Amino acid sequence: MTNRREQLISYAVLGVFAIIAIYPILTIVLLAFHRRSDLVTGFSIPDAPTFDTFRMAWEEGGFNHGLVNSFIVAASVSLLTAVLATLAGYAFGTMRFRGSSALFYMLLIGLIFPYEATVIPLYYVFKDVGLTDSLWALILPQIGLSIPFGTFWMRAFFRSTPGALVEAARLDGASSLSTLVRVLLPQAWPALTTLVVLVFMWTWNEFLLALVMIQSDSLRTAPLGLALFAGANRSSDPTLIAAAAVLVALPIVIVYVFLQRSFIRGMFAGAVKE
Amino acid sequence: MEVSTPSGVGEPDARAGPGAAEGPRLRVRARAPGEPRRVAYLYLAPALVFYLIFAFGPLLYTTWLSLFRWDGLTVGTWVGLDNYSQVLSDPSIRGSFVHSLVLIVFFSLIPCALGLLLASVIAHSRVRGAGFFRAVLFMPQTIATVVVAIAWTWIYAQQGPINEALRAVGLGGIARSWLGDFDFALPALGLVGTWVMFGVCMVLFIAGIQKIPLSLYEAARVDGAGRVRELLAVTLPSLRGELAVALTITTIFALRTFDLIYVTTSGGPGSATTVPAVLVYQNAFSNGRVGLAAAVAVVLTVVIFAVVFLITRIVDRDPTR
Repeated sequence: MTNRREQLISYAVLGVFAIIAIYPILTIVLLAFHRRSDLVTGFSIPDAPTFDTFRMAWEEGGFNHGLVNSFIVAASVSLLTAVLATLAGYAFGTMRFRGSSALFYMLLIGLIFPYEATVIPLYYVFKDVGLTDSLWALILPQIGLSIPFGTFWMRAFFRSTPGALVEAARLDGASSLSTLVRVLLPQAWPALTTLVVLVFMWTWNEFLLALVMIQSDSLRTAPLGLALFAGANRSSDPTLIAAAAVLVALPIVIVYVFLQRSFIRGMFAGAVKE
Repeated sequence: MEVSTPSGVGEPDARAGPGAAEGPRLRVRARAPGEPRRVAYLYLAPALVFYLIFAFGPLLYTTWLSLFRWDGLTVGTWVGLDNYSQVLSDPSIRGSFVHSLVLIVFFSLIPCALGLLLASVIAHSRVRGAGFFRAVLFMPQTIATVVVAIAWTWIYAQQGPINEALRAVGLGGIARSWLGDFDFALPALGLVGTWVMFGVCMVLFIAGIQKIPLSLYEAARVDGAGRVRELLAVTLPSLRGELAVALTITTIFALRTFDLIYVTTSGGPGSATTVPAVLVYQNAFSNGRVGLAAAVAVVLTVVIFAVVFLITRIVDRDPTR
């Protein structure tokens, strides 16, 4: 079945679509390395690549703040979600208790509903308690929104661990907590890495919540800063906007290059989290 | 959603878990071992508290708000289901849901069809560097939608690559500002979604196809099946699970789209690219019609639940069950 011609066709198909996938990204990267005075049109490769655009975007666009804010938010959300989801997944995956399936289904709903449907009351309640225009307004809701996927993911992990391990630990008189910490967690690193990486990415890329909650320039996340920066410079300078866009996307792309297996594996399990 | 996860694709134990490292899974348990344990609630509590306060609770609160006329500042008035009748009767709101349907075609149906076709071309041929191709095809998924929006704004711009290419081949007459065009803006944004999603579908389906036993194809050949029949009789039924996952991911993405539209067109020109999420944002945070925004959000949520339910019922139905 595998002959030379079929193989060539396969390479051609994969090649063409790989180019399609990479082309828009490449366009924007190349654009960023141009000077405004190059008056770029279309797809063009810079004669003398410049980093000036990046420097200007960094300073004028305030992306130094934006990237730090995004990092604080994404790191807190992904780490706290990992801790909470591990505890909850441990309960769902290894223990029997009344109401477990009802509670689990309630969490599953959270995988599907759009958080456009939560942002309205979140805004007005946070405004009443003075939490808007703070990073808390981004961190707390996104932990809540990441819990369903995290719990679902960790539950699947704990179910996959041999039950004999847990039972043996219990017979030895280990408490449930020490069973978790000493017996199960040492094996959980691959699953936890995937979880942290995905939640970090989703949180980093989040836009709507930041748009609604944040007013101060100094508290903008990177995507919010980028959208406002692009809006303000729309007609003037595409190279500057491109440079800013590259700055915002770069951290995640770097992580992706190193951990792409984790990304891809988790995305399919998180089917509906998108 | 557990129901839409095909075996082997969505279970972390297949690849991430220790079972993968140590060999085959030891056993599959229908339920957790041991006697009922009340300590479980202690482990669940922190996660549930966060979820209830910041996700599930607000969802219910939105539903409550949708029954009021409220400008976000003064005291609201109870209007019952008035906001919902407005959602159903207002042509611009109805139009936004129609736009969502168009986006489903571009974000979901086209990528899935394309992915299926390409995956079946590649089928079982051994390709070197499969990991590389997979990583590249998947890449659009990892880029922030705001960045995607900016890249494509440039691609569609008056001086952007598409128009330059058209002018270069003498078709300058049809060059235009694509996102500013009443007829082309929505399909143009749709194609962005196609771009974001086709790689996921391809990767999913290629992985799925490689799990189909070759003997099934050989049997089909013996029965004299051509390529098309092979696709319909062997490939498609075996890819049910993957298809359900792909359709679910992409449809939800299509229905929820906000960032892409907000950054590229803000729903314009006119209301040519308005989608429900944009209406939610505009009504809740700039037009002072919070109740109406909440009603649109609730209807959107219901639509998403209905679509996911339909997909799992129709596509993921196992005929042997």
